[in-house]
Amino acid sequence: MNTIAVIDYGMGNLRSVCKALEHVAPRARVMLTSDSDALVRADRVVFPGQGAIGGCIAELDRLSLRAAILQVMDTKPFLGICLGLQALFDRSEEGGGTDGLGVLPGRVSLFPREQMREPGDNRALKVPHMGWNQVCQVAAHPLWRGIAQGARFYFVHSYYAEAANRGQVMAVTEYGIRFTSAAGRENIFAVQFHPEKSQQAGLRLLENFVSWDGSA
Amino acid sequence: MGLSKRIIPCLDVDNGRVVKGVRFVDIRDAGDPVEIARRYDEQGADEITFLDITASSDNRQTMVHVVEAMAEQVFIPLTVGGGIRQVEDVRRMLVAGADKVAINTAAVANPQLVQEASGHFGSQCIVVAIDAKQVTDGKAQRWEVFTHGGRRATGIDAVAWALKMTEYGAGEILLTSMDRDGTRDGFDLALVRAVCDAVSIPVIASGGVGNLDHLADGVLLGHADAVLAASIFHFGEYTVGDAKRRMAERGIEVRL
Repeated sequence: MNTIAVIDYGMGNLRSVCKALEHVAPRARVMLTSDSDALVRADRVVFPGQGAIGGCIAELDRLSLRAAILQVMDTKPFLGICLGLQALFDRSEEGGGTDGLGVLPGRVSLFPREQMREPGDNRALKVPHMGWNQVCQVAAHPLWRGIAQGARFYFVHSYYAEAANRGQVMAVTEYGIRFTSAAGRENIFAVQFHPEKSQQAGLRLLENFVSWDGSA
Repeated sequence: MGLSKRIIPCLDVDNGRVVKGVRFVDIRDAGDPVEIARRYDEQGADEITFLDITASSDNRQTMVHVVEAMAEQVFIPLTVGGGIRQVEDVRRMLVAGADKVAINTAAVANPQLVQEASGHFGSQCIVVAIDAKQVTDGKAQRWEVFTHGGRRATGIDAVAWALKMTEYGAGEILLTSMDRDGTRDGFDLALVRAVCDAVSIPVIASGGVGNLDHLADGVLLGHADAVLAASIFHFGEYTVGDAKRRMAERGIEVRL
């Protein structure tokens, strides 16, 4: 049986992620867990997240999950969502500077609100970046299967990621500036938006993940 | 191309049932909030808002079940408001499956609640709901914050309050004009614009929508990031799709 572990570190709306996975994979076993062994035993792993990155990394360490997460990222299909994308990079400037897991080279910064303008207007853009924005796929990937180029997904975040390695950028999105809205390598794929809240396009991405063998 | 403006249908829920009458042509149970939310989702709603108007706290648990059921079937963002008094209430709704929680009266009574809740759960899930009424104050146009469903004046200036709540960690403002609510005369655009231009976070305009152009006006003239409406959608007069097409015709970027 296909077992999908959703990493539970006490932050964010995890129920929605589980329910969306159960919806697209009714025969899979979706398991919300903070147990290292369960992560290592699962067939695939989802790393969701919301809130502050400092709290996220601290909780992962408090629950001794870091080693297991790094281990499963070597082999299993792995999907990071929102903070689960940002935490993969080297460093975030959130909270005065926080080290990420360093799985992907790159950094996470606060949207420079004063330099971002409404199209055709001089008003500064709002932060958080909240709502439905277009995701421009810049690399072919099994997880984009059946999803239109430029499809809209639901975002809510104040910090944005910039992957340092161009080959690891899977999608970009424009909000005042252009940022990395999906990144990955080999068996790792991570998105800034919330597929579990992005209606048909989001459910399709999750469905693609559930049947993905982890090769790009 | 970029971020689209959002259209948010709002449902008043009393003890687990939608009130104020929602009438779709072919819906089985017009009182079931999840079924109605599903219909709006099919029409292309960008988010759904449930306002719990249940008076007794015994029945609040019912709202938790409604939110749980919604999370199993509708995969767009859900905001829940009404009766949120403490951090524990916020946690309960988030765990049940809400994406955002709206705080209104309790934020005025205890502004630290907003600070605490956004500190715990992140700004992205804390919406501060503001009910505002225009007050006569010499020549200057000014709006005052009201609480308890618009019954109690607070003496607080609505724009200053929106700024303070932003500082306290709110991720979004849900702004309702008490003067316009239920009138179908359109948003109080001066109020919407005053708040939208003052704060750095997204603002949802609410109160007074009677036709589709009112929604577009909220964005184009009021500078709203999102527009909320109830009755124009509930009675089957317009679908969310109609609203989006009208907004697109007026040059607004929407998710079609």
